[in-house]
Amino acid sequence: MIDEIREVAKQYPESRSAILPALRIAQERYGWLTREAFEQVAEALDVTPAYCMSVATFYDMFRLEPAGRHTIEVCTNISCALVGAQKTLEAFERELGVHPGETSADGEVTLRTVECYGGCGWGPVVAVDGRYHEPVKPDDVPGIVQGLRDA
Amino acid sequence: MPRGNIVLAGAEERPLTSIGAYRDAGGYVQLAKARQMEPQQVIQEMLDSNVRGRGGAFFAAGRKASFIPRDSPKPVYLTVNADESEPGTFKDREIMLRVPHRLIEGCLIVAHAISSKHVFIYIRGEYLTEFEIIRAALDEARAADLLDGVTVVLHRGAGAYICGEETGLLESLEGKRGQPRSKPPFPAISGLYASPTLINNVETIATVPKILEIGGAEYAKIGPPDSTGTRVFSLSGNVVRGGNYELVNGTTLRELIYDIGGGIPDGRELKAIIPGGSSTPILTASEVDTQLDYDALAKAGTMFGSGAIVAIDDRCCMVQLGLRVAQFYMHESCGKCTPCRVGTRWMVQILHSIEDGSAHQGDLDLLLDVCDRILGKCLCPLGDAAAMPVASYVNRFRAEFQAHIDHGGCPFGGASSLENVFAPVDQHHHAPVAEETPV
Repeated sequence: MIDEIREVAKQYPESRSAILPALRIAQERYGWLTREAFEQVAEALDVTPAYCMSVATFYDMFRLEPAGRHTIEVCTNISCALVGAQKTLEAFERELGVHPGETSADGEVTLRTVECYGGCGWGPVVAVDGRYHEPVKPDDVPGIVQGLRDA
Repeated sequence: MPRGNIVLAGAEERPLTSIGAYRDAGGYVQLAKARQMEPQQVIQEMLDSNVRGRGGAFFAAGRKASFIPRDSPKPVYLTVNADESEPGTFKDREIMLRVPHRLIEGCLIVAHAISSKHVFIYIRGEYLTEFEIIRAALDEARAADLLDGVTVVLHRGAGAYICGEETGLLESLEGKRGQPRSKPPFPAISGLYASPTLINNVETIATVPKILEIGGAEYAKIGPPDSTGTRVFSLSGNVVRGGNYELVNGTTLRELIYDIGGGIPDGRELKAIIPGGSSTPILTASEVDTQLDYDALAKAGTMFGSGAIVAIDDRCCMVQLGLRVAQFYMHESCGKCTPCRVGTRWMVQILHSIEDGSAHQGDLDLLLDVCDRILGKCLCPLGDAAAMPVASYVNRFRAEFQAHIDHGGCPFGGASSLENVFAPVDQHHHAPVAEETPV
């Protein structure tokens, strides 16, 4: 992983610029940003683990605690909310038995709400493992969750 | 109404993602032409076109490019802002999905104009499919020998609205927390790695090939003089056909919402319109004949912003709208400037108390006072982006806010379209927001 990060860093005039791609690589490797993940990124880019943590905590897409194998993100910003995002979110809560920010009991799926994902005209927008589904109505929810459980 | 055919030209029926399809539509001809021109000539065409930045600030793009020094001993950087995150805005995404090569052609033309050999495209981290499409298009352009010694690095963000602010973007690209810098120095003098840097929005860059094709003077004849050309307008909210529509500037909100967007669904009435993304002051339904151009919107007391129009019907409680907007900016405040960091939190607390009926007489004026103490008092416009819209909701719908206080709660009685919407800020703060006290 250290070699992979150093390879990415070559694109930049200063290697520290590669910290976001490096943290992304580490997160994919470990599932979330563990102490060891920060140490690896720090070593690859010649910065301290504390520096890597200070950067990671600024950005929403980094996971700082264990998460499910899959992630479901529901946009609840104004455009999506005006067309029923809360009802879509509640359908996911019922289907998964969790509140936003939590992971299902089987450890499979983490549910989050997110700020505007840029699909406003086709809301409510839901991202499943990073891929957008537009729009997602409450009736679509059981199928999406079943699809993840079968995957 | 005049439909635009500049940024999304050729992609009306299907996306122009392959280099072959883009070339068949006349792609990369302007790049070859630009490279035969002196850099200063290219900037002159941009100046003549009077094209203004499509990211939200609407600053003259030719002037911005002309600020880049010609004799810099340091490298010159072009940075494309593809960190689209203003709520309601999804136009850059459409451009990247449908005409990725037009963005790349624009990048290479502008790089030539400022004699830059280094381009960074900063794309928001959530735009995964868009990233893959731009990466594939870049590979095609590289294989076709179109880069001519220019390096183009596609850099993904990681979820931070503030990185759409140009100096926050530069900090992030340098591998730091994306906290905006104080200006001056401006990026044109001291930007990325303290070197001269031009930062342009995706749509601005994607407009440049057409400016060269028809000439700046000809482009300037399209639309009103202060708002030349077209914009890709993002239409969303309570409207039948949401989506992106490229229109000549000066089109009215009524034409966009009713003629193109199909009007308000479910037999409801239009109540309010957000004209340029969630940071812009709101308009009432009676202002639906306002033109979508810089001057007309300024005259109406609002802003052109990112060209994102949100239609809001009569089911929406304006206090809940203000709360949700304030929650967003509180969540996205980088924490550097106290008025923004503390003020957005305070706004959320006051709006919560108005909504749940526990506010006192005088809290409306307190809310406006907090907004006033944020406005213009921070390094970047994020604080303003929270204060301006919320103050406008109070000013234009004051009776509705007052009714919450007078009657001890929301007059919608749980039937508002934004009832109990769960904001991410409540997920990250385990203690309820209302229990935290501002300093």
